[in-house]
Amino acid sequence: MSGLAMPKPDAETLRRRAEIVADMRIIVPGEGVVDAANEMRAFESDGLTAYRQLPLVVVLPETVAQVSRVLKYCNERNIRVVPRGSGTSLSGGALPLEDAVLLVMSRFNSILAIDYPNRVVVAQPGVTNLGITTAVEQEGFYYAPDPSSQIACSIGGNVAENSGGVHCLKYGLTANNVLGIEMVLMNGEVVRLGGSHLDQEGYDLLGVMTGSEGLLGVVTEVTVRILKKPETARALLIGFPTSEEGGQCVADIIGAGIIPGGMEMMDRPAIHAAEDFVHAGYPLDVEALLIVELDGPGVEVDHLIGLVEAIAYRNGSTTCRISQSEQERLSFWAGRKAAFPAVGRISPDYYCMDGTIPRKELPRVLAGMRDLSQKYGLGVANVFHAGDGNLHPLILYDANVPGELDKAESFGADILRLCVEVGGVLTGEHGVGVEKRDLMPEMFNQIDLDQQMRVKCAFDPNHLLNPGKVFPQLRRCAELGRMHVHRGQVAFPDIPRF
Amino acid sequence: MTTFAPSSSAEILSTVQWAASEETPLEILGHGSKRDIGRPLQTEHTLDLSRLTGVTLYEPAELVLSARAGTSLTELEALLTENGQQFAFEPMDYGPLLGGEPGQGGKNGTIGGVLASNLSGPRRLKAGAARDHILGVAAVSGRGEAFKSGGRVVKNVTGYDLSKLMAGSWGTLAVLTDVTFKVLPAAETEVTLAIRGLLDDAAFAAMALALGSSAEVSSAAHLPERIAARVAGGKHRSDAATLLRVEGFGPSVVYRIEALKQLLGKAGPLEEIAGEASKMIWRDIRDCRPFADGGTRPVWRVSMAPSEAHHMVMALRMQAAVDAFYDWQGGLVWLSMREDDPEAELLRGLIRKYGGGHATLVRAAAPHRAALPVFEPQPPHLAALSARLKAEFDPKNILNPGRMG
Repeated sequence: MSGLAMPKPDAETLRRRAEIVADMRIIVPGEGVVDAANEMRAFESDGLTAYRQLPLVVVLPETVAQVSRVLKYCNERNIRVVPRGSGTSLSGGALPLEDAVLLVMSRFNSILAIDYPNRVVVAQPGVTNLGITTAVEQEGFYYAPDPSSQIACSIGGNVAENSGGVHCLKYGLTANNVLGIEMVLMNGEVVRLGGSHLDQEGYDLLGVMTGSEGLLGVVTEVTVRILKKPETARALLIGFPTSEEGGQCVADIIGAGIIPGGMEMMDRPAIHAAEDFVHAGYPLDVEALLIVELDGPGVEVDHLIGLVEAIAYRNGSTTCRISQSEQERLSFWAGRKAAFPAVGRISPDYYCMDGTIPRKELPRVLAGMRDLSQKYGLGVANVFHAGDGNLHPLILYDANVPGELDKAESFGADILRLCVEVGGVLTGEHGVGVEKRDLMPEMFNQIDLDQQMRVKCAFDPNHLLNPGKVFPQLRRCAELGRMHVHRGQVAFPDIPRF
Repeated sequence: MTTFAPSSSAEILSTVQWAASEETPLEILGHGSKRDIGRPLQTEHTLDLSRLTGVTLYEPAELVLSARAGTSLTELEALLTENGQQFAFEPMDYGPLLGGEPGQGGKNGTIGGVLASNLSGPRRLKAGAARDHILGVAAVSGRGEAFKSGGRVVKNVTGYDLSKLMAGSWGTLAVLTDVTFKVLPAAETEVTLAIRGLLDDAAFAAMALALGSSAEVSSAAHLPERIAARVAGGKHRSDAATLLRVEGFGPSVVYRIEALKQLLGKAGPLEEIAGEASKMIWRDIRDCRPFADGGTRPVWRVSMAPSEAHHMVMALRMQAAVDAFYDWQGGLVWLSMREDDPEAELLRGLIRKYGGGHATLVRAAAPHRAALPVFEPQPPHLAALSARLKAEFDPKNILNPGRMG
């Protein structure tokens, strides 16, 4: 991936940079256009910091009309555009291009409506994920999807990435909690999908937009469902001598009809790193540690705690603590939530992966990872959204050692190939971006990819919006549109006809 | 007029390739249980998927089920019930409304049809629709190409979500051959709390209060006076019933019903309806049983913001004779016109006036369906985008042409 090929910069656009910057200043007056290299430095990468690139110019619009005019201007002049929210993407989705306008949506930071009777909030895309919850929590409501970057990540970015979090299994992903959006197409047209009502009319474009990684349109407004906070939450901290037993416990909990609010697993290296860092009181003599959180009315939580405890013992747990107070519940989570920085303490750098696997394949995938770890000579620690099979291996490496980044990336690619091999997918919640772009053929054949690119053609026929992301090789829409039919050559004598 | 009835994906692929090469349209059919929804098709050929059947993967502990697109919904629901699981989105059965029998001898729809029409039921309020539970599809586009999207795991953001795009596309983009759904545990217990005698606006207020509490109400419907007698064989009398369904583990259901009683004690007389009686009510609401009179007078399915829907209905009543009842906290309105005129323009104008949403003419005589847009017309930019998308999947317009027109 270090040899990542991005679309060749357009010489004509680079040559006309001064003129484009001047035109942007007309469309977005005031402080909304940044073109000095030192000021653009803050935007040169997102959460995937191994990749950096200064954009052509940074534009921070304030109104939908400005977004529309910027996109229309660029569309007419064949100028590329990279949209950006808060820049927390872990897959390089907001990585700038040398010849592209970086369209930063951070000034769209207002909550437009809070509607408790219909339980929706209408927000501009630059509002942070946590900002929505903050706006409604005094009435006891919250917005359910909670990616770990929720303090910083924007709701518009959440739509682009279909962000998840630890509560997905019970409460769904972004796609299941967004009711409507307003967006601007690359040609400047403003389109509204859905709203405060359920189900979009016509094709489910809202479903396609969610998780489209900024390649189809620029979101300018989002309507989300808010939920009443559960009355109470309690957690169990359960240790197992093997990951197989931990995995079986997860399967049995779900088999018993229990869908926990959160269910997280950590392996030995992750447990030790976290315990050394935050002293959460994690057992150090186990191979797998499971946090099971149950939320709802107290009587329900108490009932389910008893069931889960029994299931854990049946599966050979060697330790099982049940939170007796809110403070204790938070202490169970403290280690898990600090897992990434904790790993950062034991290794100069780490590389976070994001595959999803069928849960039952966990032991096989962990074993495969141990083999790969030996092959590459790099350590790996695992945190796992056990409920939904989303695995976050953290590969430990040192960027200052020549070749180690490449090794870490190859190791990561092998892990993702393993995920696909066992029936899983390349990315559960971080997105394809540039990071996993070239691995897409591991999961999709050319026909699959072509059909996805044809969707892109319906939205952005000139491939100007966020090119170089998601698809390993962009094919021209005219070429994709050609049909190769062989008249009369298809025979099917065996198909019954009436 | 030929009906092709393939039993493998390869045969479907070759049929569609042939139709594309001949540029001859196909009607895509499962059981035909929803054939009378949408603009009537006039295609020379039919592609019947009802022989493409079978469960290809079911792992209850992984909460995942895959089946060939023509597999009967009844059969799949029976399999899930055996394992204490369900499709949480509660797909409705259009049979009673469109003149068939409930279940229709197992011919009440295929799993491919469930996705193609994005079915859901009363639990949609909490659990989402088919589109929220689809994990992956395999399909043949109108280009005559077999493609796949998604996978078998819940958390997946690899590439565009073409599986969701199939939801509610009514067979106009691609022919589904395989679908993979998330399945969930069925609730151990269910109890419905009924508030009797409320007018529409008071009913909305009560439902909003209940949904805004932590009682985790999974369904909320309002059956106005007289309509209430048309569910569960009429055994719940005819005065208006505002219904709140609570599902889950026994002790939790008892507790939450008690909490709702405290919350709504002053709203009106309360009744508790448990177990099979509760299930029967929600099944009848799901299937629009109050308007299943064997006739063909127009029935609309309208989705709006819950707080606005009953105002729209009030305004509509001033100008047209109509019966109405509400699901989804009041946001789903089922409307039965008492005259033969669907009053499409009047209704859609009022929906726009009251905050927007959409109306689908789910039952009407064929001439009305041919003359009127059955599905909500879209604003020009959105309509153009949808048309471009259709062309990218089906450039020769051979799959259910005009059905969503």
